[in-house]
Amino acid sequence: MSDTRDPGDATGQAGRTAAGASAGDDPLLRVEGLTKLFKNDSGFLSWLTVDRDADGVPVTADREWVRAVEDVSFEIRRGETLGLVGESGCGKSTLARTLLRLIDPTEGDVYFEGDNLAELSGEALRRKRKDMQIIFQDPQSSLDPRMKVGPIVEEPMRAHDMLDDEGREERARELLSRVGLDPQHYNRHPHAFSGGQRQRINLARALSVNPDFVVCDEPTSALDASIQAQVLNTMRRLQEEFGLTYLFISHDLSVIRHISDRVAVMYLGEVVELADKEELYENPQHPYTQALLDSIPVPDPRESETRGVLEGDVPSPIEPPSGCRFRTRCPELIAPAEYDLTDAEWAAVRAFTRRVVRHGFEMTTQADLEAEFFGDTRPGGPAGEALDRAFVLLERKEPDAAADHLRDSFIEPSICAREQPSYEVDPEYGDGRHFCACHLQRDEELTH
Amino acid sequence: MTDPILEVRDLQTHFFTADGVVRAVDGVSFEVYEEEIVGIVGESGAGKSVAAASIMRLVEDPGEVVGGEVSFKGEPIVEFEETEAGTRRPTDAMLSNREMRERIRGREIAIIFQDPMESLNPVFTVGGQLREFIEINRDVGESEAREIAVEMLREVGIPEPRERLDDYPHQFSGGMRQRVLIAMALSCEPSLIIADEPTTALDVTVEGQILEQVADLQEKYGTSFIWVTHDLGVVAEICDRVNVMYLGQMAEQAAVDALFHDTRHPYTDALLDSLPRPDRTVEELRPIAGVMPEAINPPSGCRFHTRCPDAREVCRQVNPDARDVSESDERPHRAACLKHEDVFHEDYWSSPPIDNETDSGFAVGRTDAGGSGDE
Repeated sequence: MSDTRDPGDATGQAGRTAAGASAGDDPLLRVEGLTKLFKNDSGFLSWLTVDRDADGVPVTADREWVRAVEDVSFEIRRGETLGLVGESGCGKSTLARTLLRLIDPTEGDVYFEGDNLAELSGEALRRKRKDMQIIFQDPQSSLDPRMKVGPIVEEPMRAHDMLDDEGREERARELLSRVGLDPQHYNRHPHAFSGGQRQRINLARALSVNPDFVVCDEPTSALDASIQAQVLNTMRRLQEEFGLTYLFISHDLSVIRHISDRVAVMYLGEVVELADKEELYENPQHPYTQALLDSIPVPDPRESETRGVLEGDVPSPIEPPSGCRFRTRCPELIAPAEYDLTDAEWAAVRAFTRRVVRHGFEMTTQADLEAEFFGDTRPGGPAGEALDRAFVLLERKEPDAAADHLRDSFIEPSICAREQPSYEVDPEYGDGRHFCACHLQRDEELTH
Repeated sequence: MTDPILEVRDLQTHFFTADGVVRAVDGVSFEVYEEEIVGIVGESGAGKSVAAASIMRLVEDPGEVVGGEVSFKGEPIVEFEETEAGTRRPTDAMLSNREMRERIRGREIAIIFQDPMESLNPVFTVGGQLREFIEINRDVGESEAREIAVEMLREVGIPEPRERLDDYPHQFSGGMRQRVLIAMALSCEPSLIIADEPTTALDVTVEGQILEQVADLQEKYGTSFIWVTHDLGVVAEICDRVNVMYLGQMAEQAAVDALFHDTRHPYTDALLDSLPRPDRTVEELRPIAGVMPEAINPPSGCRFHTRCPDAREVCRQVNPDARDVSESDERPHRAACLKHEDVFHEDYWSSPPIDNETDSGFAVGRTDAGGSGDE
């Protein structure tokens, strides 16, 4: 069965464990091989296909799975902020919800202060929740409009039987002032507050049960720049005061750089790079991280250099690419070992192959195509023969066959399509571990 | 330099609500020259989108353009005159709604909104919508319009444009939909495109692709753009000149380099200081104190005085307009701040500094600053 992973697979990849704590320093949270698949069904029996012409049973089960998070491993140390950054749909929110057990993982373990959350259930899990809290993106919809601010902040304490009524009210007032609100606002409703203030109420509520670990899921994305800065500063202050550990999720690389100690970059359900903040921003190794960093508009007109624009769209998480998931868009896809190509020749072949695979051009003659893509860098040998065949197919108006042929000749044999990358990089900044899921690192590693 | 193609003078757009009059745009002036990208930047509630909609005369009830002038290539889009009774009424020369619809919108000035799904009709194919728009605005037949549509889709970087004409909007990704809208806006070869936060909902790599594309197309077609955004990074990336708005008024207007490197208004300064940076680690962010006051009840004097670190007594009384404060006589650099005493002559420096939300322990109305105070 191809739709669930072989359990042996996860242990076989224990080597993929990303950067972690230094020896002797017990992490607060350890995630190992966490995977979450969603069924892609829209109806009760929609996954059954009826085939009247088939022999035997005319019904086949055809379940599709959305591979939202796959085989993610990392650790979070006590008192640090781990930034998790990625584009929409990369699975960062699913990862957060899965590790808090708000949704059940398909596979993998989450060790929180020694207990495996993935195995806890019922009352034991509920009690554990006291130590882990989450703050959501939309400060409006995460507050009940009919409740007053005081009771909102007290509610988690009530759920966990903390203090008596008086004690809870006292603590709620205390927390309101700690997050920068007026304790007098205890009796107001959420609508009387601005967006930034509502996010402060969310902070106070999360802190009411004295958690060790707070997941912040895009907490400032809905706020204006000046308000965002206020809330970020408050979150930092609270981290020190309450000894908190944050998992801070955002699509905004500037915010992540400001708030994090270490940063993990996600692409299509996987962590592709994880390192200390300075190391990741100043010495990024994964081509996806590099592309992300190149794409951010810098608020300084003198810095606006031409940027490397990423081609294409994110592939579907239902059938993610084999090997490295970024390879379909990667500007540095590695040439298959069997061809002996110069860098310029490989760049031309790669560009031509991607163009044919995407059908992004009108049919022209072979001469035009050769001139456009190859000029005088046309490779010879086996690679040249493979190209000849593709030109013949294009000439015969069989673009799909040409695309298949090029894919089989130049992409599938690449190490990027055959093996899942997982490498350790020698950091240039600081001495934290630097994990990078890119085969470009393989030569580096061999020389060590 | 030649004449501007668009001139906005003292534009006022008010919303008449049950709670009172909201002066969303309150006396804004700026101009757009040929072949340039002009940014309008500000936080939510600054009035930048309303200003953009006013230029297109697309402000909806209860909002209304109540004063000022907008002229496009010499034609009055908005123009008022005084009546004997002292009230204002539109002049006879002001373009009628029909003229706006038939001659200006789409043909001369196109607009792109933030959410492409709201601008595309989900029950018609993308090709059909694009073709119809071209047929109406360029007076061409169906098959020719179809060819133009294919050509424009290719121009904005949509692969296999001919095959994709028959797709519906939901079959396109967010970035692709925004490209379709850019193709639509460009297809009638307008002189001016107003883009209202067009990349705000997109991922950064997609935003990068689109900004790059817009810069190329702008060069190729020579179209002028008004780029409305809250993102100073985008402004730095593509704009030639920038207008910074605060609470319905202009705070600062300058060429992009001068705005970032020779900032003349405390609000722009504070805004730049509050940003986390992607290119370097900032240890401590310096947020702007307080929140933007409601436009329904703006502060007296300079609208920023309640949050301004440089505010003095005189700022509470005098509301400065944006005036040229540049020392050289290059392009004007306008700032609406009394600090520039040689331009405003309001005795700013001898006026006593005032307490406001920048000082902890004293808060005006709602506060988002760390310090709390009595309401």
